[in-house]
Amino acid sequence: MSWERKHLLDIYSLSSEEILTVLDTAKGFKQVGLRSIKKVPALRGKTVVNLFAEPSTRTRISFELAAQRLTADIVNFTAEASSFKKGETLKDTVKNLEALSADILIIRHSSAGAAHFVSRVVNASVINAGDGAHSHPTQALLDLYTMREHKGDLRGKCVTILGDILFSRVARSNIWGLQKLGAKVTLCGPPTLVPKSLESMGCRVTYDLKDAISNADIINLLRIQHERQKRSMFPSLSEYTKLFGLNQERLSWARPDALIMHPGPINRGVELDSEIADSNRSVIMDQVANGLAIRMAVLFLVNGGNHLDDSSGGEGES
Amino acid sequence: MQPKNLTDAQLLYDTHRVDAMVQSMAGAIALQHPEGSELAIIGIQQKGVLVAQTIKVHLQKRWPSLDISSGDLDVGMYRDDLSDNPAPTLQPTSIPDNLEGKDVILVDDVLQSGRTIRAAMDALLDFGRPRRIQLAVLFDRGQRKLPIQPDYVGELLEIEDDQFIVVKTLEEKAGVGVYLTFK
Repeated sequence: MSWERKHLLDIYSLSSEEILTVLDTAKGFKQVGLRSIKKVPALRGKTVVNLFAEPSTRTRISFELAAQRLTADIVNFTAEASSFKKGETLKDTVKNLEALSADILIIRHSSAGAAHFVSRVVNASVINAGDGAHSHPTQALLDLYTMREHKGDLRGKCVTILGDILFSRVARSNIWGLQKLGAKVTLCGPPTLVPKSLESMGCRVTYDLKDAISNADIINLLRIQHERQKRSMFPSLSEYTKLFGLNQERLSWARPDALIMHPGPINRGVELDSEIADSNRSVIMDQVANGLAIRMAVLFLVNGGNHLDDSSGGEGES
Repeated sequence: MQPKNLTDAQLLYDTHRVDAMVQSMAGAIALQHPEGSELAIIGIQQKGVLVAQTIKVHLQKRWPSLDISSGDLDVGMYRDDLSDNPAPTLQPTSIPDNLEGKDVILVDDVLQSGRTIRAAMDALLDFGRPRRIQLAVLFDRGQRKLPIQPDYVGELLEIEDDQFIVVKTLEEKAGVGVYLTFK
């Protein structure tokens, strides 16, 4: 099917067909990355702005390289060195960027809903690169891509997301994406970070690590985000590791072909042992490589014209 | 772009006739490339791939001991109208490893404006530097917008602007062939 959205703001409002369109398109762009000439002219003459009001390395670099590989011009705009510091509003900032004829705005912001807001005040296409604890659609898409690459069709597959779910936009986007593609999702972690109320999203919630991973086809570990925790949600990092950290012994509870994923950056020795992170069961580096193909695909798709509905962002994720 | 159904379509050429046209194109290619070993037959996605495969079958009959190099090329990332239309669905691309010194025959079903061929040449050159590129098309319906001409043509077709040629799979036996329909 063809893609008719002008923006990519969340996963929740995408249909499973639209998700599969992104994943199939990314397949073509992954192939481009294997050629000696890794560049195509699809976005020639277009200007892409990376507007990152929150720290990021891999997502920003991934989008930057993706835009360059599509022959777009790319401008990086980071909060540390910007007029945000001088008190300019987000609306004024994006209006100014648009006046420089930006065609696509990629935005990361600590406030949930920032990308939706920006999409309503500019004519450019908007891609959400993470907004607060709300959504991180390209991370979910690259995770889905990596899972399908290793496990095929996700219908009926058991995926366990382990760790800090409450503060995680990656978790929310993954949950929606996985459910749309027919996977069964289990959430596990300390009760303070994995409230029972998440069952309302259609997931199974368990606080027993063995129960959570023993039947999983895929184990997606999330980073403990100390920076987002205003107050401590568990006594200490070492206590988290003691109860939920993935080590060799606990990994033996899982199926031998269970895939280990992590969106990065890894807190080595907290969520998982270095040994596991670097083992051949971990596809963490595949996730990074696939992220580039996914972001090229998303830029390529939102760049298309004839949008049916300019406000095609959706209602947002819970 | 393609019509939803073919109920009002008129069958122009049946399988046998199309196959005979492709066979004669293959003959013309073999005449210009008597060795065959330097050839690479590359079909443009999607319908050009069907025609290219059929050309290859006929060439293979001619040179049974030769492994004729071939591939498929999608031009979606190279089109010049990407901002004006919804992003195209990308089809698989598979190009032989070493194009250096090859004589590439680009194959498509219908040649009209020439824009697809321009995109295909740009795409192909990102994979390597063939010795030469030639163009084979099943139908040339004129109306060129770019200075591009085919080297091998199945047939010239003079049809109205609002008419549309649909090439259906060449492999199936019943009810296939080339249809003429309206947009």
